[in-house]
Amino acid sequence: MTWLKPSWQSVLAVLLCLVAFALGAMSKPEVAALAEPTATVAYPYMGAKALIIGLLLIAALVSMVTLTPIVEATVLFVGAHAAAWLLIKGIAGFEGTALAPYFLLLAAAWLLAWRCVALLSSLRPSESVARNALRLIIPAIFGAWILIIWEAVTRGAGIPFILLPPPSAIGARIANSLPILGSDVRQTIFKAVLIGYIAGNLAGFAVAILADRVPFLRRGLLPIGNMVSALPIIGVAPIMVMWFGFDWPSKAAVVIIMTFFPMLVNTVAGLAASGHMERDLMRTYASGYWPTLLKLRLPAAMPFIFNALKINSTLALIGAIVAEFFGTPVVGMGFRISTEVGRMNIDMVWAEIAVAALAGSVFYGVVALIERAVTFWHPSVRGG
Amino acid sequence: MTEHPPAVVSASKLGLTFQTNDGPVQALSNVDLTIGKGEFVSFIGPSGCGKTTLLRVIADLEKATSGAISVNGMTPEQAREKRAYGYVFQAAALFPWRTIERNVALPLEIIGLSQAEQAERIKRTLELVNLAGFEKKYPWQLSGGMQQRASIARALAFDADLLLMDEPFGALDEIVRDHLNEQLLDLWDRTNKTICFVTHSIPEAVYLSTRIVVMSPRPGRVTDIIESTLPRKRPLDIRETPEFLAIAARVRDGLRAGHSYDD
Repeated sequence: MTWLKPSWQSVLAVLLCLVAFALGAMSKPEVAALAEPTATVAYPYMGAKALIIGLLLIAALVSMVTLTPIVEATVLFVGAHAAAWLLIKGIAGFEGTALAPYFLLLAAAWLLAWRCVALLSSLRPSESVARNALRLIIPAIFGAWILIIWEAVTRGAGIPFILLPPPSAIGARIANSLPILGSDVRQTIFKAVLIGYIAGNLAGFAVAILADRVPFLRRGLLPIGNMVSALPIIGVAPIMVMWFGFDWPSKAAVVIIMTFFPMLVNTVAGLAASGHMERDLMRTYASGYWPTLLKLRLPAAMPFIFNALKINSTLALIGAIVAEFFGTPVVGMGFRISTEVGRMNIDMVWAEIAVAALAGSVFYGVVALIERAVTFWHPSVRGG
Repeated sequence: MTEHPPAVVSASKLGLTFQTNDGPVQALSNVDLTIGKGEFVSFIGPSGCGKTTLLRVIADLEKATSGAISVNGMTPEQAREKRAYGYVFQAAALFPWRTIERNVALPLEIIGLSQAEQAERIKRTLELVNLAGFEKKYPWQLSGGMQQRASIARALAFDADLLLMDEPFGALDEIVRDHLNEQLLDLWDRTNKTICFVTHSIPEAVYLSTRIVVMSPRPGRVTDIIESTLPRKRPLDIRETPEFLAIAARVRDGLRAGHSYDD
């Protein structure tokens, strides 16, 4: 049986298709139509039902035959996504009427996509172009299926819009509200987050160097810094609004408070990270404080400093958005979230969340890329 | 000794006591030693005999608590500030973010030499340790033996007359070690530097040295100083000659007399 090698995903997918076929009606209108064969009742999947089941069955069965992994993955990819697309397209206009076979077929398509990703992850292509493409394709399929299942379940089961809007509605909302989202991003990210982030990190770094240079500061400042880090941001934000006004400076102040301490602690730890032997070496060169700092201790501290920069990139976003809940001009991501949730415009809230997630990822990614360039020598980066 | 070259290191009644949580530990006691210019002196003994501590006192990385020591006629601190010596550690201690070339340049940058001067010295010292062609490599791209050679180049780069080496080849395998010993002897012969070399290998000490200082622990002290009768040019196979074996036997006797083989 060398020509046959079934995977558990495809076998299970075939079983699900057969059960879905045996159960019959995909939706409540279809049940009604079947009950009254004479009446003309419109129902979803009039012609597409056989096509969906057929697509899934063919993809599942073909994948059981021994093929090269790339062909098998392509068949599964096409079958699973075509079926999912037909399922989502067909339910339009009949939201909330889906019955068990709808979800069974969705599960079958998902299993085939799972098998497809599993196959792709096991590929070890020799060309670097193919390797890079795979590094993108695998998470893309993964992410796409989170959206597909989200979309299909919210629409099929008719989940109330207030609880969880389907991703297509959020996407449409983003597309229609670009100017508002743009001005919110400018206010929150480019003013409060970036300025606060830069100022907070620089302050943390400078104080760390100061504490390193002046022993009494190290003894006195670090415990107080510890206390600052324990400050509840929710409590501080209104005070910062009182001090620095409604516009972005008060939000930047919150971000500074949030980012200061991780940078301080990490830099202090990083400055202690260089080895005894290396420091003795600098001593044999009669190297002073500043040359030793610049040539040995700061480069050795870079992995720690970048750790703080990465932690702070997410903290800064959280700080700025939460701070806007406590008073702001009529613009800003936090302001938008807090007002639109009150106006039941949940899709707008989700749109802001999506934009915030995207901005946060880009921010983190840029910091991580710079880190790779700066700490290329560290075993965790060079992989040795 | 027929001639008396000027003393590079001279210690008398040198002692060092570390204060630890378990009470004072006498790392060095009553060390009398004079090292002349151009000598190759090995310090040998079991761990804890104070041989590394003695080297660190010469380098002003530790302070003696009693007795007197001078390096080039100065206190060790003055000598260190004048960059009187190059120090080679047990590990290469190269900075991983610098290429081999920039690692060798490190002391030159601190001293403040011009770019041209730096480039010239880097080229010369890397050639001296047979690392020409590896300038642009990072330390982690080289083998352990090459890394240690780069660290020797770094210690040689600023032209100190005294080279202090603390078990520099201890972490390397015997084949690499033989090779580096040969190269080190060659380098010593060509540059006429004074070398203080800490080791715990009897053949290594006998092969390299003009004088072998045998040390013993509890308290760390010098038990014997052996003048080598071997010629200055030493091929590796000198280690099979009766003369070599006789000196090795004396070193072993010295270690035994200091109870180095007890417990």
